[in-house]
Amino acid sequence: MITVENLTKRYATKTAIEGMSFQVEKGEILGFLGPNGAGKTTTMRIITGFMPATDGTVRVDGFDVFDNPIDVRRRIGYLPENPPLYLEMNVTSYLRFVAKIKGVPRDKIDQEIARVMKRASIEDVKERIIAKLSKGYKQRVGIAQALLNDPPVLILDEPTIGLDPKQIHEVRELIKDLAGEHTVVLSTHILPEVEQTCHRVIIIDRGKIVAVDTPQNLRFQLQGAERVTVEVQGPASEITSKLSAMPGVVEVRRISDSDGRHRFQIEGELRKDIRSDLARTIVQNGWGLYELQSATMSLEDIFLKLTTAEESEKQNA
Amino acid sequence: MRNILAIIERELRAYFSSPIAYVVLTIFVFLSGIFFRSILAQVMQMGLISQMQAQQLGPRPMDMPGMISRGFLSTMSVILLFIMPMLTMGLFSEEKKRGTIELLLTSPLTDLQVVLGKFFAAGTFFVILLLTTWVPVGALYLYGDPASGPILTAYLGLLLYGLSIVAIGLFISTLTENQIIAAVLSFGTIMVLWLVDVVANNAESPVSKSVLSYLSILSHLDDFMKGVLSTSHLIFYISLMLIGLFLTYRSIDSLRWRG
Repeated sequence: MITVENLTKRYATKTAIEGMSFQVEKGEILGFLGPNGAGKTTTMRIITGFMPATDGTVRVDGFDVFDNPIDVRRRIGYLPENPPLYLEMNVTSYLRFVAKIKGVPRDKIDQEIARVMKRASIEDVKERIIAKLSKGYKQRVGIAQALLNDPPVLILDEPTIGLDPKQIHEVRELIKDLAGEHTVVLSTHILPEVEQTCHRVIIIDRGKIVAVDTPQNLRFQLQGAERVTVEVQGPASEITSKLSAMPGVVEVRRISDSDGRHRFQIEGELRKDIRSDLARTIVQNGWGLYELQSATMSLEDIFLKLTTAEESEKQNA
Repeated sequence: MRNILAIIERELRAYFSSPIAYVVLTIFVFLSGIFFRSILAQVMQMGLISQMQAQQLGPRPMDMPGMISRGFLSTMSVILLFIMPMLTMGLFSEEKKRGTIELLLTSPLTDLQVVLGKFFAAGTFFVILLLTTWVPVGALYLYGDPASGPILTAYLGLLLYGLSIVAIGLFISTLTENQIIAAVLSFGTIMVLWLVDVVANNAESPVSKSVLSYLSILSHLDDFMKGVLSTSHLIFYISLMLIGLFLTYRSIDSLRWRG
């Protein structure tokens, strides 16, 4: 449905994205994951035809964004990072305006507005002035706007930002509901969001694709057992030096001591399970092993891992 | 066409759902009323004097309604100079600030449709302003018999003059996210186009003198006010308008490239 080839965007002073290529299949939900400033918004803005790329091509449903912008835009519903709302309007007249500029046939406008309001659960605020709505409702009006004219492709830039947990849940359910009939590209910097809603994830960092996979595979790959917490009884400094010397161990940190037992946090190399080696070393040295646990990594950790791994590979090469 | 209408409708709603429309309308009607009254008083006094002179020197015809309408409508051009930037300041700057520009530029509208929609919206409001001056001018018809020719050409002149100011203001509002800056810049620009006349009068070489006085946005109105239709003045305002629209169009395009 969407084909992106060798996409590059350079601003006067910096390169926002470089050589990005990927495809999105019909009916798929694709997640863009990346820290702020990684190039998520830029990529989405190019796909929607808001800004042209410096190099590379984007095709949506066979139409080139640069050569046939109107055909592409007709097929895309877009929710920018800040929902594009005219605050002085009420919800219904706002949606009516968007329906008109999106070319919804005159006699279908009322029906179409009713449909998207139901979809985004904003029927109870339809007469309210947008400026007076809560952040959550504003976001949902933004989503309703994107759904108008039933576009086959939806581009949602941080659709759950600023919502409370209940609203986040509702929006995620809505997005999952939309898949199948719609192709969805969404961006986020929250890992659970990607795991719960997306079929496939693209991780980008500093304008480049770092990884593309299903959320399950990514988690599996990244979280083998690279960070392990152990509680050991024995001489602290000797334990530290012995464990640090083990192959596959990057860093050993002592977190706390109590009653002659010490807790260590051990960082392993990327994609390497060091747990059995750790246990063997501790037992062979005659220390007491009280606990061995692999720690879950947060998204920040995964990012640090992935991006620093790329960097060090580059330096080694 | 339907797209352009949708934008015009939304802009006009925005004018009337904010205080801008009412403030601008009130001030304009108030000022034009005051000026009409003082011009009326002035012309009546002149009429009185010429009546007294007529007793000594014999009757001299005097077109009092014509003098009033000419004086009044020329003054309108000055009031509009101050008021028009308020109509155009928010056209694009607010869209940029609120992020709604992203909606407009990613919907299946061409940039030209967006530009024309905004232009005609402000233009429509300007025409509403201009229509309010029919009240005093209508009074002239009620109590006198003014020649319609010069009044019609004066309105045509004001229309073209106003629309070219709208086009300039439209362009300037694409340059910033701040309405106040847009208003001040538009006002300054129009002021410069107004004051080149003064500079022209002091210019030494005849070439620069004629070039500068051609650029003056107000001097082209004089003939319209006198009831003279000349192509050179028509061309001046129409080209000014087209330049404004073209610059707006280009500015939107560059907005896309810069992001």
